[in-house]
Amino acid sequence: MSDSLGLYLHIPFCAHKCNYCDFLSSPMSYEARKRYVDALCEELRYVAKSCKERRVDTIFFGGGTPSILSSEAILQIMTTIYRNFSVSKDAEISIEANPGAFARETCETWAYAGINRLSMGLQSACNEELKLLGRIHSTEEFLESFLMAREIGFSNINVDLMCALPHQTPEKFYGTLETVASLSPEHLSVYNLIVEEGTLLAKWVEEGRDLGFPDEDTERQMYHETRRILAKHGYERYEISNYAKKGYECKHNLRYWERKDYLGVGIGAASLWEGKRFSNTVDFERYVSLLLEGESKDDFVLAKLRENEEVLTKEDCMAEFMFLGLRKIKGVSQEEFYKNFDIPMDSIYHDVIERHVKLSTLQIQGDALSLTEYGLDVSNSVMADFLFD
Amino acid sequence: MQKIDQKHIRNFCIVAHIDHGKSTLADRIIEKTGTLTEREMQEQVLDNMDLERERGITIKAQTVRVIYKAEDGEEYIFNLIDTPGHVDFNYEVSRALAACDGAILIVDAAQGIEAQTLANVYLALDHDLEVFPVINKIDLPSAEPERVKNEIEDVIGIEAQDAPMISAKNGLNIEQVLEAIVHKIPAPTGDANAPLAALIFDCLYDSYKGVIIFCRIREGSVKKGTRIRMMATGAEEEVVEVGYFGAGQFIPCEELSAGQVGYITASIKNVRDTMVGDTVTDANRPVAEPLPGYKKVNSMVYCGLYPADGAKYGDLRDALEKLQLNDASLQYEPETSLALGFGFRCGFLGLLHLEIIEERLEREYNLDLVTTAPGVIYKVYKTNGEMMELTNPSNLPDPSEIEYMEEPIVSAEIMVTTEYVGSIMKLCQERRGVYLGMEYIEGTRALIKYELPLNEIIYDFFDALKSRSRGYASFDYELKGYERSKLVKLDVLVNKEEVDALSFIVHADSAYERGRKMCEKLKDEIPRHLFEIPIQAAVGGKIIARETVKALRKDVLAKCYGGDISRKKKLLEKQKEGKKRMRQIGNVEIPQEAFMSVLKLDEDN
Repeated sequence: MSDSLGLYLHIPFCAHKCNYCDFLSSPMSYEARKRYVDALCEELRYVAKSCKERRVDTIFFGGGTPSILSSEAILQIMTTIYRNFSVSKDAEISIEANPGAFARETCETWAYAGINRLSMGLQSACNEELKLLGRIHSTEEFLESFLMAREIGFSNINVDLMCALPHQTPEKFYGTLETVASLSPEHLSVYNLIVEEGTLLAKWVEEGRDLGFPDEDTERQMYHETRRILAKHGYERYEISNYAKKGYECKHNLRYWERKDYLGVGIGAASLWEGKRFSNTVDFERYVSLLLEGESKDDFVLAKLRENEEVLTKEDCMAEFMFLGLRKIKGVSQEEFYKNFDIPMDSIYHDVIERHVKLSTLQIQGDALSLTEYGLDVSNSVMADFLFD
Repeated sequence: MQKIDQKHIRNFCIVAHIDHGKSTLADRIIEKTGTLTEREMQEQVLDNMDLERERGITIKAQTVRVIYKAEDGEEYIFNLIDTPGHVDFNYEVSRALAACDGAILIVDAAQGIEAQTLANVYLALDHDLEVFPVINKIDLPSAEPERVKNEIEDVIGIEAQDAPMISAKNGLNIEQVLEAIVHKIPAPTGDANAPLAALIFDCLYDSYKGVIIFCRIREGSVKKGTRIRMMATGAEEEVVEVGYFGAGQFIPCEELSAGQVGYITASIKNVRDTMVGDTVTDANRPVAEPLPGYKKVNSMVYCGLYPADGAKYGDLRDALEKLQLNDASLQYEPETSLALGFGFRCGFLGLLHLEIIEERLEREYNLDLVTTAPGVIYKVYKTNGEMMELTNPSNLPDPSEIEYMEEPIVSAEIMVTTEYVGSIMKLCQERRGVYLGMEYIEGTRALIKYELPLNEIIYDFFDALKSRSRGYASFDYELKGYERSKLVKLDVLVNKEEVDALSFIVHADSAYERGRKMCEKLKDEIPRHLFEIPIQAAVGGKIIARETVKALRKDVLAKCYGGDISRKKKLLEKQKEGKKRMRQIGNVEIPQEAFMSVLKLDEDN
């Protein structure tokens, strides 16, 4: 049986840049978007050449706002994929979509093209909070989009939410959680808002505006309560920030945490491929011209696109195994570690594990090593200790 | 080269209060004169090839030889021996003075005499130097040259009526200074045919030439091939080259003889063999007694210096050895700290000196250092009748073995305009000062005299002084002696473990206050861990203050960016790197800055 593969497609466009967003994305003209899609398809064709033996079982359209793509563009990309890759029948194919910003016809095209999972960036069910974040949709528009997607037949929907927003009280946040859970999406991602450098939000903070962020204790309380409230509705937290109904864990994201190969296509997209990590250029013009224009069309195009290549050593792999695997609530398996690296986890990490077990940040249950409740709160401090000097 | 007549040599330096224009005048003197005699100009052309290899060597312009054609038609050689860097410390001035026959005293026409003006001029007079004053900055609107002249005569007691009135900045009346040098500063004496006696006043380490000795030839002469002996260390070497100091370069010459100032190289590789203040003599024809050298100044302030990276211990040792070459007042000996590992206990003349050395180590030798809180030397009289000099608080004997302790006291002179007298006196009172008296100078300024414990002024006294006088106060002090005092060792416990490098000696009455502030400061410096960390201050095992660093509540990175693991990994690596820069005490990681916390205890006042 051939190895599996995940594809990540980066769509760096959006209708409007959100106040907290530091992803590689910006509003662009229809013409630019069209050229980009052509280039992306070209890259897919190149990439496919090295994946003949692989079976694609997850595809993820991320961004940006992939839902901004026209029906034609989606069909063009999906067709390119089906023609050049072997896509498994039950592949999970996700697209990120902005509520209120896609037409029924577009949504039908997604279903037609084989996309079977919708990830909707709601962020909050409170319109004031949405406004502050710079989102261009309202809770009502989300509801309409959500119901429409259900009608069309999407039976695997994720809703992205944010927590610890400016002026957000725990009660308001729990309100958002209840509202969304009552719609019964299959999956929920709940991220803490992080003020990233270079965003409008960061500028406000620098200017000394009082944004009324919840304090640390309140924020932690919200995090802990999220698990409880969502459990009531039948969701299980399976990763630091992700919740799903049984069987609906996001396969594509699990790929990242379980270090299975994936190829990122499009500008800035990151890949893990045969023991190497690399990412594509973030330069839009360079990306498009390398792929679409004339003589540079040779086998080295991919090499020219790719930057930051890092050949992972065994130590890198072990550290990644730990700090990525520990993001999962069930943690890492010692047996799995042994299978991967031919050496017991304990002989590499005995001291670190012992220390953190003593500090009650890690716990051992049978074969599994996982973060405790407190460990989840301070996961970075725990994970950093698994890196090598 | 023809022998130079002693009558045509003038060896001098410039003394001044900081900012009164010392360097500017030095620049003007170099500008208005030539660096070579007419005869030497030709020789230099001939020697050009030899000079090639000297290229690229730049030294700080500590000493420069210039040629001045005086009004009497004769050419004079001026050796201007600059006092390197800060004049805050007597020892640096003292070193330069030992090589001179006279000194120019610069006084700012607007500010008049300041504390360091006095300190430096007395030092020059102590060395039997001829001192003549120059009034600088007469171009300033606030200049009062006549008042300043009277002040010089009244306060210092040297003739000032015919002092050149100059503006070094604008080059005004510099000729008058040059003529005064010829007429007022005596020519050197000494017998060129007597056995060699040369005083080392500075040294420099050069990776090609080895140690370069800067010296003043008192008696006899030295040239290439002379076998020299360092009288203090007994080291002997054959001279490879002698020469004098051009502007920023070494210019080799045939011979140096009595009265001259220049350099000697003798492929001395071991820096320890050369000590500033030592006498160089001819090994085959030595003098009986070394020159008196100059007043050796003892270290007053001590602190521990540790390499941030323990593996750099050897580098730090080499660096200290080389620095000591041209800074004989720097003392160091190895010590070990439980918290900081291997390092050195170093002695300095004052806090500024400490800062300079620290900076030079970090900049010139690329070392990353951890410095412990500076302290002074305490005398500990033990019950068994022994007396020990304590430089490292960790070595304080058990209280039961101590009869009593003494701490160093300085007499301080603070010059300030009268409006700030009140606030300065308040400051001195706060620092356990004993008022000695006050003199008014010219009605608007006062010279306040206090006795102060040295350990009260080594941290931030100077800053406090400046801020309470809007920068107008100037300050000088000298060690007066030791006095019995009620002193205790304040220990700091982090997570119940005593951290030796954080201990310090403090007067019993301020122990509580300082202990409390220390804990507060450390609470801010030590990052939150995965557990709660108590920080305690203790005197004699009794806890007098406590703070708690709360356990880390949150440290999460919520999202992976479209599978961009490298970005996350970089964040974790940064976190780990940050930890590595800290010192591990038990389970607790203490940032290196924390060891300097004690210095900042008064900041919030």
